Amino acid sequence: MKLLSFLFTSSIGRKVLMAVTGLSLVAFLLVHAGINACIFFNDGGETFNHAAEFMAHNWLIRASEIGLFLGLILHIAQGLSLTANNNQKRNAKYGASAGNANSKWYSRSMGILGSLLLIFLVMHLKHFWVVSRFTNEIQEAAGSTLFDEMVFVFADPIPVIVYVIGCISLAYHLLHGFQSAFQSLGINHPAYSPIIKSIGAGFSIIVPLVFAAMPIAMHLGWIK
Amino acid sequence: MSKLMKLNLKVWRQKNAESAGNFEEYKIDASPDMSFLEMFDVLNEQLIETGKEPVAFDHDCREGICGMCSMVIDGRPHGPKQGVTTCQLHMRSFNDGDTITVEPWRANGFPVIKDLTVNRSAFDRIIAAGGFVSTNAGNAVDANSILVPKEIADEAFEAATCIGCGACVSACKNASAMLFVGAKVTQLAMLPQGQPERQSRVVAMVNQMDAEGFGACTNTGACAAECPKQIPLSVIATLNREYISAKMNGK
Repeated sequence: MKLLSFLFTSSIGRKVLMAVTGLSLVAFLLVHAGINACIFFNDGGETFNHAAEFMAHNWLIRASEIGLFLGLILHIAQGLSLTANNNQKRNAKYGASAGNANSKWYSRSMGILGSLLLIFLVMHLKHFWVVSRFTNEIQEAAGSTLFDEMVFVFADPIPVIVYVIGCISLAYHLLHGFQSAFQSLGINHPAYSPIIKSIGAGFSIIVPLVFAAMPIAMHLGWIK
Repeated sequence: MSKLMKLNLKVWRQKNAESAGNFEEYKIDASPDMSFLEMFDVLNEQLIETGKEPVAFDHDCREGICGMCSMVIDGRPHGPKQGVTTCQLHMRSFNDGDTITVEPWRANGFPVIKDLTVNRSAFDRIIAAGGFVSTNAGNAVDANSILVPKEIADEAFEAATCIGCGACVSACKNASAMLFVGAKVTQLAMLPQGQPERQSRVVAMVNQMDAEGFGACTNTGACAAECPKQIPLSVIATLNREYISAKMNGK
């Protein structure tokens, strides 16, 4: 364990942990977006419910879920503590600032974007994950599937708005985070870095767009 | 002779490290051909003539190679131009009637000594922790007895152009010194002479960097954008790579 203690103590080690956990969350997002996009078959949620059922009962998926939560908690705890720590490194503030002249606003706002995502995540887990794992609400409700739960939640415009804001935060968080993770792991190469950055930009736009389309489409009744 | 520009300066005045400090406003007529530091020389002459304390600021070579001049000008280290130090910045980069805000590098790792001068000895301590090669003294060896491929030599030289001015720290929202440490580590890790201490060096320098109160890197890229020597962000990736591999080897 001593070999890995630098992941929690040194400035570079802590960034390495952010990068590794961040990339594992990126992999999760891809699976999550893929499964949920099954609602766009517009078959009353049949394909989607089938996929959700598989994810809920496959032992490999359930085991990875533990790893996912571990990574998520590490990413959040480390991110909050790093942000707080970094904010203490300049006690006397600048009188004039010109941040936009040398960097992008979202690269300087990862703590705030991440906190917005955390607030969204708590609401999101309460809507779907807690309901499907720990209570029998879905079974007892009229429709009884996760798809019916989506229809129910997104009938109300408030969650739809919160979900869209969550997706925008996710897009900007990924726009910096995806390529930044590779830099933190020491991967920066004149030939490969432009490819990583392009894939990162594509991922950061497409995945949140697919996610945001779900509550909007359900609220407007395009998906039934 | 070019027409004089009328400028308003908002300059940070601070008696010493303990005092609070505040902005003072001055009016000055400057030639567009003056360098920014020459404009400060004129300002100081005015202040001395009126019996006031001149503004303390760091400067030495005035040709962009020593790394002494600092000054955050309108929120940007070394002013609005890319790839220049404050001494290489000319008043023609500003407009007649401008108000220019001038402050010291601000970072906990760089305490203010007086006015615009800061104590950058934290960088010296980081270098002393590992930014050197150990070599046995003796007869001078023949030139080119250690062969270095041209591309490697170029890359090492690019990193070696770092003048240790601290603009990277002053631009970074986390006051991180990673671009400086990255440049020094890259330079030595590329070359054969740096190999014996390669792994112990990177760990010692990063430990010292953390101990000096500099922040962690969040890859915003502000440091590389403001670096007067245009050290690329890739040196930080090299630093990360060197550090991870040293740690994995139990250093």
